[in-house]
Amino acid sequence: MNKIKTIIRKEWAEVFKNRMVIFTIVFLPLLMTAIPLGVIYSTRGTTSDSGNAINGQLPSEMTQSLCPNGLSGSDCFQVYMVSEFMMLFMLVPVAIPVTIAAYSIVGEKTTRSLEPLLATPITTAELLVGKCLAAVIPAILATYAAFGIFALGTWVIVANKVLLAALLDARWLIAIFIVGPLLALLAVVFSLMISSRVNDPRVAEQISMIIILPVLGGFFGQVAGLFVLNKQIISVIAFVMLALDTLMVYLATRVFQREQILTRWK
Amino acid sequence: MIHAENLTKRFKETLAVDGLNLNVSEGEVFGFLGPNGAGKTTTVRMLTSLISPTGGSATVAGFSLGRQDTEIRRTVGVLTETPGMYDNLSAEYNLRIFAELYEVKDVPGQIEKFLKMLGLWERRFDATGTFSKGMKQKLAIARALLHEPRILFLDEPTASLDPEGAHLVREFIVELKKEGRTIFLCTHNLDEADHLCDRVGVFKTRLLVVDTPARLRASVFGRKVVFHLRFADETSAEHVRKLPFVREVKVVENKLVVTLDEPERRNPEIVRTLVNVGADVQYVGELRHSLEDVYLQLVKTA
Repeated sequence: MNKIKTIIRKEWAEVFKNRMVIFTIVFLPLLMTAIPLGVIYSTRGTTSDSGNAINGQLPSEMTQSLCPNGLSGSDCFQVYMVSEFMMLFMLVPVAIPVTIAAYSIVGEKTTRSLEPLLATPITTAELLVGKCLAAVIPAILATYAAFGIFALGTWVIVANKVLLAALLDARWLIAIFIVGPLLALLAVVFSLMISSRVNDPRVAEQISMIIILPVLGGFFGQVAGLFVLNKQIISVIAFVMLALDTLMVYLATRVFQREQILTRWK
Repeated sequence: MIHAENLTKRFKETLAVDGLNLNVSEGEVFGFLGPNGAGKTTTVRMLTSLISPTGGSATVAGFSLGRQDTEIRRTVGVLTETPGMYDNLSAEYNLRIFAELYEVKDVPGQIEKFLKMLGLWERRFDATGTFSKGMKQKLAIARALLHEPRILFLDEPTASLDPEGAHLVREFIVELKKEGRTIFLCTHNLDEADHLCDRVGVFKTRLLVVDTPARLRASVFGRKVVFHLRFADETSAEHVRKLPFVREVKVVENKLVVTLDEPERRNPEIVRTLVNVGADVQYVGELRHSLEDVYLQLVKTA
């Protein structure tokens, strides 16, 4: 356990000296928080008539599953618009750890620090877990912080308690507290696998960024009206993520071979 | 301390290490010499349990390779070919990471001890990216010693250092030797090996020869003694040739170069012979072949 802590502290000491990484960790969550808050703020003055008119154009599945009784058309429109950004919000736990984890192994190869590190009595599992947590923890904390700001901002902007409850309902909680960490873990394990197989940090980052595509696909699918992110779909996503994470962790332990990583590197 | 039996490593079609048999005793400084690509680093990586052998067996400090790898890594110190520091972090932090990974009990104490010993204490809070190659190499040596390993593997410790830096590192190795540590030294610098090592092994995929530098010189070239005379000629050479223990005599200018065994015991008799035939012996000295000559001869014929 102590060795895992050492690896985490070492990774953070290195990573947080890189201004670009700090920028990514701070800027992306703020951006993803500002967009839905901006939407809530800019649509809060929608008149009841125009709101009802818009509401009439929303998918019925949407209004049934997302708009509880007591919400006006304009309120329901706000819930709809903010829901559209939920998938985009999920970029936070994916993009942040990829930035950290993609460099993790290949960075040690390029600085030639990997061999002395592997020569210590640290086990492969301890090294992997340390590197994994070093990338996952900041991502989860940034996601939680961003959600905290979003919740606070929503509370300040929205006076209607029913609307507030609809905006911050179980879907968001499942997404932030279950899907978010699972996504972060998936992104990190995938990035670590890539990082241990390539010889160039740029290649590692570019390939690792592929993991963002499903999230973006989900966002555009929702915008296009292919599906509505209701509680059931998010729960299914959470179970699928759990299964994928288990599979990826298993694969990572198979792929991460100390000898391969050392001897493949030229 | 290090015992290898038929240790072999094959990378697909390439045979990197071919049946290495080796014994290194406790407190010995063993020089592992060989050309680039000979398999020296692969051997060190196997013996430090970084990679596994494809054949044979080995024990390091009594621990079996392949079965007690973590114990081996805990017991040995490794100086890799390149220092491999975390350049954004300070010297002190670099050492702290490794001290913790090696489960050192007194982390601050050990860091202070080795930074002071290697003259880096004043720069302990500076990022290692600002260090010269020599300073990084010294820091890497400190890192390898933090946990007081009984066995130290040094892979090219003075490579790419300036003469002053190399001299400092060599002096430090002598100090480590005095402390009784077993040192496995991979080097291209044959003078260094000659100066530091109790025994050397010449390696090119397989171990060609192992012995003390002096005995290697004698076995490859024989021992040669030079007799400086006022006038050296074939007549005096012929008298020396008749002595039964003399293997070869050459006349080179005013010198007789005599190849023989045990010159310490035989030289007086040669001097007497030369004096008896009227030669004026000015002085006598042994012709020393460098370890480089021995190495080149062995590698060339391998």
